[in-house]
Amino acid sequence: MTASTPPEPSIDIAGAAVDFPIFDAKTRSLKKAVLGRAGGRIGTDSKVPIIEALRDITLSLRRGARVALVGHNGAGKSTLLRLMSGIYEPTRGRAMVVGKVAPVFDLAVGMDPEISGLDNILIRGLFLGMTRKQMEARVDDIATFTELGDYLSMPLRTYSTGMRVRLALGVVTSIDPEILLLDEGIGAVDAEFLAKARTRLFELVERSGILVFASHSDEFLADLCDTAIWLEHGTVREHGPLREVLHHYKGRDVLAEMGR
Amino acid sequence: MAQPVTTGNHRADDGGQPSAPALPDVPGSRSWQRAFGDLGAGWRQRSLWGYLGWQDIKQRYRRSVLGPLWISISMGVIATAMGILYGALFGEPIHTFLPYVATGLLIWNFVNGCILEGSEVFIANEGLIRFLPAPISLHVYRLLWRQTLFFLHNLVIWLLLVIVFPQPLSATVLLAVPAFLLLLINGGWLAMMSGIIATRFRDIPPIIASLTQLLFFMTPIVWSYERLKSNPLSAYVELNPVMHFVEIVRQPLLGQPIVWRHWAVVGAITVVGCAVSLICLRNYRSRVAYWV
Repeated sequence: MTASTPPEPSIDIAGAAVDFPIFDAKTRSLKKAVLGRAGGRIGTDSKVPIIEALRDITLSLRRGARVALVGHNGAGKSTLLRLMSGIYEPTRGRAMVVGKVAPVFDLAVGMDPEISGLDNILIRGLFLGMTRKQMEARVDDIATFTELGDYLSMPLRTYSTGMRVRLALGVVTSIDPEILLLDEGIGAVDAEFLAKARTRLFELVERSGILVFASHSDEFLADLCDTAIWLEHGTVREHGPLREVLHHYKGRDVLAEMGR
Repeated sequence: MAQPVTTGNHRADDGGQPSAPALPDVPGSRSWQRAFGDLGAGWRQRSLWGYLGWQDIKQRYRRSVLGPLWISISMGVIATAMGILYGALFGEPIHTFLPYVATGLLIWNFVNGCILEGSEVFIANEGLIRFLPAPISLHVYRLLWRQTLFFLHNLVIWLLLVIVFPQPLSATVLLAVPAFLLLLINGGWLAMMSGIIATRFRDIPPIIASLTQLLFFMTPIVWSYERLKSNPLSAYVELNPVMHFVEIVRQPLLGQPIVWRHWAVVGAITVVGCAVSLICLRNYRSRVAYWV
């Protein structure tokens, strides 16, 4: 199925904005919507407050793009990733994403503690856009990588945190995504395993058509990406080669300091 | 399989972006194409929701010896107890009233499940909706599949009772299949619509929960409509839409004469409900991820 890929993976976003309505207990109730209409406006504007998470986002990514997302906490990195994945549709502007998207935002999402590791591998894979057959073919590979052995037939709740991360990483790095969206939070495993995960992560990135990676780790970014987008207050501050953007963002030539 | 994910709408209040590259014309967030696309994409992921629906059931009875058989057992106990109790209260013969109550209850359980879980279908799946891109109809399909599995487990009780207390079954029993399909379609539009509205207005689920309790007693399940016919107030029972759904499934299952009036009412509700629900899906599908 992945062999026949007529449409090239691409991400096109034009003038997109993402506004979150913030409902508190009062505005989310029906009472207010009904009574508010009947009684007219009292005092302050009864409109729901809105957080503009992203504004005026315009970008275009094609096969081979290896993009780092940098910016301070709350700059909109995660929201932009979700916009690219199609979870959020832009409230203004347009976004068009072509290709099979594998969003890796939270390693634990879609995992069920009550079912066995093997079943979790299957479910997680299905959620990441794989088919049942594809996942069944990959189970052995994942089992070897995670070194979990017989534990795979045990319910996930018996796993330690580290074992869960191994399983999640094993599944995530076994898929064939056309568009790979990574949101930090990869770690919390012992050093030896992380070294192994790194190679698999690099192979995964090699296989994927487009990579967008949000991280605070300069080293990871330098290893995986060649261009960067600097987000600030929900807008694109700069979009260009990784070295330049990181230089401007950090105020120093980070890549040179790492000896690259 | 390459599944194009396209997003966006055309609200022209942004002043236009001169630097924006010319995008191929994508259908807006509020288009019929996207609404039907959601339903289609959800259907294509049936290996996922099929698996999840099974897990939901197995989950509930994990580590119990009898497992999902408990669904049938608890249904059997409740149906028998209610059948005997209300049969004695209304002076009905047990060999007709017990199957009547049991069949009514198993249909009600399906309707009740669709109504109650329907309003929470997106709220309950908040984590999945916010972290994984999937058509929202996926969660509705999963709900319907889970309720269907419950229904099939409960159907064992009907089978047992029909064997113990033979009913005048005929070929009309086959009508139960299209009747159940109508039940499924209506459960689907109801879950989709109430799910979307309840995600925005969180007062809806408790309102619905209290209404369904009332609805149970308004529906001829533990009492017989035929017996009330002499009472002029009984005509109001016809205003209860659930009553018609129960009748179209129960009549074939008990070999009662088919009353086509109920089918007509159900057909009308199906058409109107689907239309309203589709409009809801079209207009607010893309907002669900923002609201959960």
